[in-house]
Amino acid sequence: MIDSITWGLNSVAKYIIPLLLVGIPLYALSVKKVKVYEVFVVGAKDGFTIAVRIIPYLVAILVAVGMFRASGALDLLLQALAPVLTFVGFPPENLPLALMRPLSGSGSLGLLTDLVNEHGADSMYAKIGATMFGSSETTFYVIAVYFGSVGVMRSRHAIPAGLFADFVGAISAVFFCKLLLV
Amino acid sequence: MMNYIWFGMMVIAVVVGTVTGRIEAVTQAAIDMAKVSVEIAIGLIGIMALWLGIMKIAEESGLISLIARAVKPVMIRLFPDVPPEHPAMGSIVLNMSANMLGLGNAATPLGLKAMEELQELNPEKGTATNSMVMFLAINTSSVQFILPATVVALMGGVSSQIFIPTILATTCSTVAAIAAVKFLEKRKHFAAPESVQEAGDD
Repeated sequence: MIDSITWGLNSVAKYIIPLLLVGIPLYALSVKKVKVYEVFVVGAKDGFTIAVRIIPYLVAILVAVGMFRASGALDLLLQALAPVLTFVGFPPENLPLALMRPLSGSGSLGLLTDLVNEHGADSMYAKIGATMFGSSETTFYVIAVYFGSVGVMRSRHAIPAGLFADFVGAISAVFFCKLLLV
Repeated sequence: MMNYIWFGMMVIAVVVGTVTGRIEAVTQAAIDMAKVSVEIAIGLIGIMALWLGIMKIAEESGLISLIARAVKPVMIRLFPDVPPEHPAMGSIVLNMSANMLGLGNAATPLGLKAMEELQELNPEKGTATNSMVMFLAINTSSVQFILPATVVALMGGVSSQIFIPTILATTCSTVAAIAAVKFLEKRKHFAAPESVQEAGDD
């Protein structure tokens, strides 16, 4: 049953974008007589300015994250935390991914690939990892890009709230995988 | 907050890199990532232009306000500072829908559009509003009904097993995000500048 739901959703997914690209102009043109081509071009103009505006914010955050990753600080943190985690039932194998997820999309995808290659897609580690990956976002990247695009520098409680959500997401991923899967 | 996190990550990187003898890798990472940042931004231009163009059509035809009106009861509770008929509500809904459907490429332009509209309502341009933080928290905790294509590619046949756990986990994290935002926005430490006399810490 779940097999067919997953399959169904993922096979419908490939039609969503084409449908939006055609459906929205169709509605605008036929129901509201909007000059779709001209309006499209006006809207599209902003693409350049917004993309360029986020560059300084992206450089700031990605450089810091990249340096942090390259230094091996994550491994140190891991060694320190491993005994505690094993004690509470959180598999230490999944910790690097949980820590990397909010920092870097490509980094966490790399770690998930490692888990799959090392333990197999059928292993609990890979399943927990994939659940973690699919259930959260690259928090730091999103915050940098979204706030950067409008020039907001003081993010207030955005980071604590985002990291708390990531923390809850990681714990829930372990919990639900252990509860529902074998 | 961002000042300490940003600086902290770099200091830790340099100190740990020195101790572990990976200082050259740290330098290389800094240079590489600076380059990658620009590549990401430049790569966004075309996709941004495409979706912002389509969005403009949706806006002109009244589709956005139609959608905004449909989900008004939920939205006014999550974003009490945004007028219910404001275009930001429509963009936020579209961004959330794109995220739920796993349309990452479409979600970012829609989200940035929403941020721009939220910024119009912001009295203190350099500081995030409650609505912006709520929007980002929901966005980063991403309720998603379609597994990311990368995960499906990696996991193959096992993908369907993790479908339910993923939805449950992401629901928990979204609830946690909303609760955390509602709780933290009232704390003095994170208060918006207009509600506190001295300029708040970030």
